Amino acid sequence: MESQNVIQVQSLTKKFGDFTAVDAISFEVKKGEIFGFLGANGAGKTTAMKMLIGISMPTSGEAIVAGFDVYKNRDNIKRNIGYMSQKFALYDDLTVKENITFFGGIYGLKKNQIKEKTTQLINDLALQEVANKLVGSLPLGWKQKIAFSVALLHNPKIVFLDEPTGGVDPITRRQFWEMIYQTANTGTTIFVTTHYMDEAEYCNRVSIMVNGKIEALDTPKKLKEKYNATNMNDVFLKLARSPSLTLPKGNGTHTEN
Amino acid sequence: MKRFIGFIKKEFYHIIRDKRSLFILLGMPIVQIILFGFAITNEINNVDIAILDHSKDVTTQEIINKIASSKYFSIKEYIANETEIERSFKKGKIKAVLIFEKDFSKKLTKENNASIQIITDASDPNTANTISNYINSILRNYQQQINKNIHLAYQINPNTKMIFNPELKSVFMFVPGVMTIILMLVSAMMTSISISREKEFGTMEVLLVSPLKPFQVIIGKVVPYILLSIFNATVIVLLSILVFEMPIEGSLLFLVAENILFIITSLSLGILISTVSENQQKAMMISLVTLMLPTIILSGFIFPISSMPWILQAITNIIPAKWFVIILKGIMLKGVGISYLWKETLILIGMTLFFIMLSIKKYKIRLE
Repeated sequence: MESQNVIQVQSLTKKFGDFTAVDAISFEVKKGEIFGFLGANGAGKTTAMKMLIGISMPTSGEAIVAGFDVYKNRDNIKRNIGYMSQKFALYDDLTVKENITFFGGIYGLKKNQIKEKTTQLINDLALQEVANKLVGSLPLGWKQKIAFSVALLHNPKIVFLDEPTGGVDPITRRQFWEMIYQTANTGTTIFVTTHYMDEAEYCNRVSIMVNGKIEALDTPKKLKEKYNATNMNDVFLKLARSPSLTLPKGNGTHTEN
Repeated sequence: MKRFIGFIKKEFYHIIRDKRSLFILLGMPIVQIILFGFAITNEINNVDIAILDHSKDVTTQEIINKIASSKYFSIKEYIANETEIERSFKKGKIKAVLIFEKDFSKKLTKENNASIQIITDASDPNTANTISNYINSILRNYQQQINKNIHLAYQINPNTKMIFNPELKSVFMFVPGVMTIILMLVSAMMTSISISREKEFGTMEVLLVSPLKPFQVIIGKVVPYILLSIFNATVIVLLSILVFEMPIEGSLLFLVAENILFIITSLSLGILISTVSENQQKAMMISLVTLMLPTIILSGFIFPISSMPWILQAITNIIPAKWFVIILKGIMLKGVGISYLWKETLILIGMTLFFIMLSIKKYKIRLE
């Protein structure tokens, strides 16, 4: 079972002075899983994610990402993960092709690999018409899909998506989740933060962070049963409103397997 | 290395596709040097004047020839009577009219006394003043020439000699200043803007998650601006040599070395500014207020430091541009080398190290 876990986190903590942003969280994510990382703004999910992707040092605790330690092996982690920020950060003044070439380049892809990937990506997303247009001129939904594909260029083991659907219309969101499913089917693990509760239903498992702690972690179905809720939104509201009353901590911070 | 080239290529796409920054980067040096060289100047050159000669004799002709042969004046027209003076001025081109009285030569030799009237257009008071000074000195010069054989009992001969810029060309004073401003603008301001742009658009985060190390990202960002700065410094030096005939007295190699030092100083300032600004606007404002204004006002390039109040004089010491202007003037105008400029050079090196250390510290805090 252990080898199946691509992310393994034990009592991971981040303090900024007196303030504890992430308070001893523990969880595992399995290979090929779509793992939803939920929480209100300020709950600490971005801070937790930054520790996992190697741009923030934990104060204490353990974390192994893609087989590498977040303290000692951040370079190896970075080579094995993809990341897409909530801003779909591509360069607006570069064309679609130039963006792909640039990001492929910084991940050390070879010239012919980049060429191959570019053709494949443009065909998959049906971007033939706009391949040589500046990214800035494209609609948000397209940028989102391109940004996601760019994050996958180097075949990472895990992709971290930070609120990947912010500001995008429902149909595009739907299409985007189809892309996520396809990617997960190829064995890539998806670690996604979101504040759209309907999206939480699409995830295999969901964790909910409140005030720096993980208060619940399970499949959406089981969470709904446990909290006697009809949808994830209700679950979230129940947890966020009275975090300490809802359930004993031991249950919430660990998964059942 | 391949990654690095890709990074620089991308950086050049940014620069080329942003017409505004492209203009600042490539047009600014030329515009500034031309502006300071031709437009903002205290000298006069080929000023059009008119002559009203009532005597038309040998002496007046000699004086007129002397004036016409100086490069400061060109004689545009000869007018016949007083009524034409005003008409001449009103047409706009004539800046001064010279009037010789009747029987000039005769009066000069018989009565030892003859008069010339100089009328200048004082709608531009500085120029009018300069014109009349120049004409006066030409006349004095002529007088000495004709008095050569007569020995006066008491005579004081002031012998003024201007060194390092004997022709008092103001462009020579401006070149070091313009160079300093441009290098500051390109290296410090444009770098800080371009780095904070990555932060603003969220691409910095993506770069930091990539296998690139933070210092590689920063190096990749600044190298294009180092190249542009060197290019700009070259353009300025070439323009001042070819267009303004400015002599470079000192060693060209030393000049290049000092330029590179100052480029690095400015870059470290630019990086420092980018660590505290999360968007382009802020980076630009901080650069303008903390770098450009002090560079223009307190570097001694426009306003002499020695005539500032002591408190401002003290402040000028912490402005890197002040030391660089001293160095540039030393090399370009005085032709001195490191043996005279080691103190200023050391100060610049010290400042650079301090800024680099400070930015590394700030940058680390941001990452943790």
